[in-house]
Amino acid sequence: MRDLAHLSDEAVVALVARSEEAALAELYDRHGGAAYSLARRVLRDESLAEDAVQDAFLAVWRGASRFVPERAGAATWIMTLVHRRAVDLVRREQRRRTEALDDAAAQGAERSAEEAAWVRLERERVQAALRRLPDQQRETLELAYYGGFTQQELADRLGRPLGTIKSQMFAALGNLRAILGPPATEESWKTS
Amino acid sequence: MEDELIHELCPGYALDALGPEDERAFEDHLATCPRCREELAAFADAAAALGRAAPPHEPPPELRGRILGAARAERVNVVPFRQRRLVPALAAIAAVAACTAIGLGVWAATLQGQGGTRSAALQAIPLRGASGTLLRARDGSATLVVSGLRRAPGGKTYEAWVITSGRAAPAGLFSGSAPTVVLRLRRHVPRGAVVGVTVERAGGARRPTGSPIFTSAVA
Repeated sequence: MRDLAHLSDEAVVALVARSEEAALAELYDRHGGAAYSLARRVLRDESLAEDAVQDAFLAVWRGASRFVPERAGAATWIMTLVHRRAVDLVRREQRRRTEALDDAAAQGAERSAEEAAWVRLERERVQAALRRLPDQQRETLELAYYGGFTQQELADRLGRPLGTIKSQMFAALGNLRAILGPPATEESWKTS
Repeated sequence: MEDELIHELCPGYALDALGPEDERAFEDHLATCPRCREELAAFADAAAALGRAAPPHEPPPELRGRILGAARAERVNVVPFRQRRLVPALAAIAAVAACTAIGLGVWAATLQGQGGTRSAALQAIPLRGASGTLLRARDGSATLVVSGLRRAPGGKTYEAWVITSGRAAPAGLFSGSAPTVVLRLRRHVPRGAVVGVTVERAGGARRPTGSPIFTSAVA
């Protein structure tokens, strides 16, 4: 079997587009853990989280040929698919939970000994960036992204005008971007 | 909507936090605005970073195999099981299936008519308790075709299950509002399994809470 470990995510996606199952397996091995963790955070349910991850990876399988690496990295693409699916499910289930991220972590996440060090570092880096945001911005961001609330629902829930929520969300994600800088990626390897 | 106002929707879109109307408006705008496409790419990276900040959970080991199995099933049956192309064919067949049990010949012929590259060997298993058929490919991927159901009551849904050795695994939801329901099961149906459908609360259940309203046993 071909060794795919040295290929960039984007090169692996190009192989997935040629229906190479081993390439899909490689993508899952790289991103399945993060995808599942995100789905668990949003859905708070093991079997729904599995469904969201499965749907997302099948969307990768079907959509790989339309993937444009210039527009977004493959890791972002996969997380976008998982999040979209998880939010669809959570809205249907009306299971949204609003605990802060730290509470969720305290509820006994199964920390894996096998988790790659850079995965842990990246998580800690983003969590630290979140803590640097003003409280209302962080709250808006967390409720929207992890809670699956729409802007209008947030306005109703938090008792703030819709326009304020939109501006806070703009500021929050913009600030997060600025604090994080360019996305952390592993070294790319180009085919040809 | 003013350009600046719609531009402000970009982070909400990246966070999947827009209501349906704003989402549609932003997608329309995106098609014509290179600046927003560029912005969205950056916001999407920041949103994905939030995703990576979620508390770590180890996916169950069997999930990997299930995903690869489902992907393989789609490739093997690219034509018959790609929903978009399959649905009209199945709907046509279902009209027949509602009256008589369909034969493999009819099925294969229809697939060829749809531009199929190969005729998958499909088992057509009649349902007990409702009119319709379970179509199962050799690899276990299966589609449920059922006609004449009442729409599920308010707050309820139909849920399909694949039952093996007494354990029921959820295999998909449907409302029953269409005259003929075509549901591609989310799980493979092994030999000896029973496919059953129950009425559950909206959103589905993890275990069946009632007895099946109809079933189909795979030989």
